[in-house]
Amino acid sequence: MEPETLLSADRVASVEPGTASAGAAPVRAPRPVPERSGNDTLGPQTGPDARSDVKIRVRGLNFHYGKFQALHDISLEIRERYVTAFIGPSGCGKTTLLRAFNRIYELYPDQRASGEVILDGENILDPRQDLNLLRARIGMVFQKPTPFPMSIYDNIAFGVRLYERLSRTRMGERVEWALRKAALWGEVKDKLKQTGTQLSGGQQQRLCIARAIAVKPEVLLLDEPASALDPISTAHIEELLDELKKDYTIVIVTHNMQQAARVSDYTAFMYLGKLIEFSATDRIFTNPQRKETEDYISGRYG
Amino acid sequence: MNKIEIGHHISQQFNTELEDIRQRVLAMGGLVEQQIGDALSALVDADIQLAEVVVRSDYKVNAMEVAIDEECTHIIARRQPAATDLRLVVAVIKTITDLERIGDEAERIARMALRLAEAGNGGARKHFTQIEYMGDRVRKMMHEALDAFARTDPNAAVAVWRKDQRIDEEYEAIMRQLITFMMEDPRSIPVVLDVMWSARALERIGDRARNICEYVIYLVRGKDVRHTSLEQMEKEARKGTGGAGA
Repeated sequence: MEPETLLSADRVASVEPGTASAGAAPVRAPRPVPERSGNDTLGPQTGPDARSDVKIRVRGLNFHYGKFQALHDISLEIRERYVTAFIGPSGCGKTTLLRAFNRIYELYPDQRASGEVILDGENILDPRQDLNLLRARIGMVFQKPTPFPMSIYDNIAFGVRLYERLSRTRMGERVEWALRKAALWGEVKDKLKQTGTQLSGGQQQRLCIARAIAVKPEVLLLDEPASALDPISTAHIEELLDELKKDYTIVIVTHNMQQAARVSDYTAFMYLGKLIEFSATDRIFTNPQRKETEDYISGRYG
Repeated sequence: MNKIEIGHHISQQFNTELEDIRQRVLAMGGLVEQQIGDALSALVDADIQLAEVVVRSDYKVNAMEVAIDEECTHIIARRQPAATDLRLVVAVIKTITDLERIGDEAERIARMALRLAEAGNGGARKHFTQIEYMGDRVRKMMHEALDAFARTDPNAAVAVWRKDQRIDEEYEAIMRQLITFMMEDPRSIPVVLDVMWSARALERIGDRARNICEYVIYLVRGKDVRHTSLEQMEKEARKGTGGAGA
């Protein structure tokens, strides 16, 4: 048995009273996976401050597109340096939730969020929040690769220049570092002056990831990063996530359930704008507690 | 989710595949049950022909295990089953391993029957009442374990699981008695040893039927109850999952 302290430390406080269940365990080796016996899904949920490694804490988040309410009272916690996946059918609100984390929705009129999204103790929905700074701390990669129409080198240096003044040498080092992190360096090191749009789809997507991490964000948001890629490129990206989570907190939205099962430590299942179940990925895929989750991940109609 | 659903997949073909492995496990279980029954009859009635049929039929059990295993591998490769579906496939793979071993035990009993009958030894006869009694219990337990699997009923599985304790006691009693016989009359030792092996085979069948009950609880509740206490198992079996927190 694991020591008792581990058990409480590894509890994921959840979310919507009565709907989602507490997470069972982290899955990152070599940390032991505590198996709690008994009524673990029913027990009192650990208070918000019980765990110190929460990176983002969402509390009572509602989201509206005009009159349409896309998110209903979402509460959950994203652990630091773990991969959390959001899954659910189209229109369930998973991308909307992800987009609330860096307030990118504010680019559009008529979209508004209420509730709290707390990043390291600071509510980022607060209007006084500096958006540029926020987006430097929380990077995002989109479904379709979006390299800028400029050289591979400048694709990465562009974002860095917004936040930092680096010497030519230091910038060169930063570009190499980001490309290495994104597992792209070996493929592009001899053609950094070429435009990024000439790369293959998978390479472009890794370039976008390199661009996102070049500014050294704390959190990386990925919105279906591999849905337009072939299996090899997908495998590269997934491998990359495993590497990146040593330094970053990663949140990924994916339609591909097997992908969520492969890459994530925690999985949140959403349906019709509500968080249905949030738990350790192992548990979600072997023994989900909610029928809606079970039906979705096993390909059943409700 | 107190009831396991195999159907209702969007893919009708997937429904068919899962239902098919389930049916084949039950068919394999039926065959193994018959093997046990025939082996016991052959032993008690000194029926050489029947014993030979049992020995010859073991390959059918083995072939079924291989075929079901293969189908499970296909399902994993092509469907990537999750949740209940995944647990069903895992439970099936484990169940058929135990069924195959039970088949081997039946074959072993049939071979004892052959030996005893061919030796024309009436000396073993007086021990058969108890073996027959224990055999009936084991067959019943085995049947009920398969029934719990068919109905995916964890409470029934626990009830069947408990019965193994009685079988173990039965086995102990037979052992003590047979040892007494051997001490009284050393010339009876070869015969009594064969009877002992038969009792031992029955006891092992009980253990394996108990394993099957554990897989049923795993299948329905998602909890691995192997190597836990009976109390723990009962708790898990009773516990409803699915929305229990609501």
